[in-house]
Amino acid sequence: MITYEWLYVLAGAGFAVWAALSAKDGRWGNAAFWALLSASFLLGSHLSDLANGVLVLALVAIAGLGGLKRSDPPTTSPQEREAHAARLGNRLFLPALVVPLTAVAGTLLYNYTPLGETGVFEARRETLILFGIGVVAALVGAMVWLRPPLMAPAEEGRRLLDSIGWAAILPQMLAALGAVFALAGVGEIIGGIAGGIIPEGSVFLTVVVFALGMAGFTMIMGNAFAAFPVMAAAIGIPLLIGQYGGNPAVIGAVGMLAGFCGTLLTPMAANFNIVPAALLELKDQNAVIRQQVGTAVPLLLCNIVIIYVGAFWLWR
Amino acid sequence: MNYWPLAGIAIVVLGFALRFNPLLVVVSAALATGVLAGLDPVAVVEALGKAFNDNRYISVTWIILPVIGLLERYGLQQRARAVIEGMRGATMGKLLVAYLAFRQLASALGMKDIGGHPQAVRPLVAPMAEAAAVKTHGDLTEDARDEVKAMAAATDNVGLFFGEDIFFAIASILLIQGVFEAAGYPLTPLQLSVWAIPTAICAFVIHAGRILAFDRRLGRAAR
Repeated sequence: MITYEWLYVLAGAGFAVWAALSAKDGRWGNAAFWALLSASFLLGSHLSDLANGVLVLALVAIAGLGGLKRSDPPTTSPQEREAHAARLGNRLFLPALVVPLTAVAGTLLYNYTPLGETGVFEARRETLILFGIGVVAALVGAMVWLRPPLMAPAEEGRRLLDSIGWAAILPQMLAALGAVFALAGVGEIIGGIAGGIIPEGSVFLTVVVFALGMAGFTMIMGNAFAAFPVMAAAIGIPLLIGQYGGNPAVIGAVGMLAGFCGTLLTPMAANFNIVPAALLELKDQNAVIRQQVGTAVPLLLCNIVIIYVGAFWLWR
Repeated sequence: MNYWPLAGIAIVVLGFALRFNPLLVVVSAALATGVLAGLDPVAVVEALGKAFNDNRYISVTWIILPVIGLLERYGLQQRARAVIEGMRGATMGKLLVAYLAFRQLASALGMKDIGGHPQAVRPLVAPMAEAAAVKTHGDLTEDARDEVKAMAAATDNVGLFFGEDIFFAIASILLIQGVFEAAGYPLTPLQLSVWAIPTAICAFVIHAGRILAFDRRLGRAAR
């Protein structure tokens, strides 16, 4: 049976290659950071919780001390790229399409044909595993078709990874923060406060508080990933699903999207809102947020209606 | 009730406001929250390590970078630009609405790395939107140009956020799945991603309408 552990070995190997290339390039901070992340993927399942925790602290120390730098591996010039693009045409999109098609078509086949009975994939893990298979297939296909230098995919991947830098593990770190918040009972505290606001027995107002809570908490945290476990534990799961019997899939999916409306409204979501303002050399660092307010607020209202109708009316 | 663990939230707000490294802010908030909740510091580090380890699947998606990087080496971005430039009679409004649709559809197919601010908005979308606006409305003020560029960035965000969850091998869908499974509600990613579609349609209608209204407003201001 193929499990997540296989993907972790694949990703761990990838990060190990990037660490080695960074070391060869003399970028020791990058090398140490990606080597530690590689160790987390390769050995994390066998390490104690404390060892994993120390590994996290070491990763954060490197990033916090500014140890991660952008890299500049050799690549093609803009002129060469124009020439390649003109020669290869829209076929260039094909390898990029292989990955989602493998994941989408594979998941559908696995769930709705007898293939699922083979149990070849870990239960409910098939999509991400198929995504990994798609990546390997696309990479092999592109290598055979384009015949680049052997190390080109690793170096091009490193160029992209180093441009993302520490932000590459921010979503995972925020998920971990959410788990610590849950352990410390932050969900219960906020749930207690929110529960005090919610009038007993009103499904609609509970939906409103859940959606506004997702958006508001996302604005504070800068990321819906950190808000979601807390608001789900506080309102979504105990009240909307447990007490009022709403559809879990709608509450989960659209609750997250209500959080995304909050992401559009906050400077805390630096990657999406502040970084582009700097990249585009805008005078007002909140200029992007200003353009998003008019979309985010009505869309949040839409999400409230979608949860109410989808999770309660259509479900019953 | 002990409200002290909420100090972790204050640390996050302050840390971001003072522009510390976000990873540093997040881990400091986690440690402070745990300790203020009365947990032993070592137990907090253990909890952090366990949670980080359990959530490794979120970062697995970076294994796609060599594929995207390799295609970029052979002109993927240049080809994408040629496709958009091939649309005739483009105005800023039409261009950004087309980009919104493209970004939503590509993200829905799992290709969220095709857009993005450093890769697409700064080199492609913002300059093209600005050029199209100048072509239709004549010379623009500095402020109006900034607004056009900011709208290009906003369009990239809206297209990404309200497209990506339709693709089910995405970190946020996997996070929802993980949280609900831990609470005893096992769901498949497909069940969740289907419910991203109604919001995606609303997002397209609202944001496309605002882009076109913005284009008309620029035209009135220029006259």
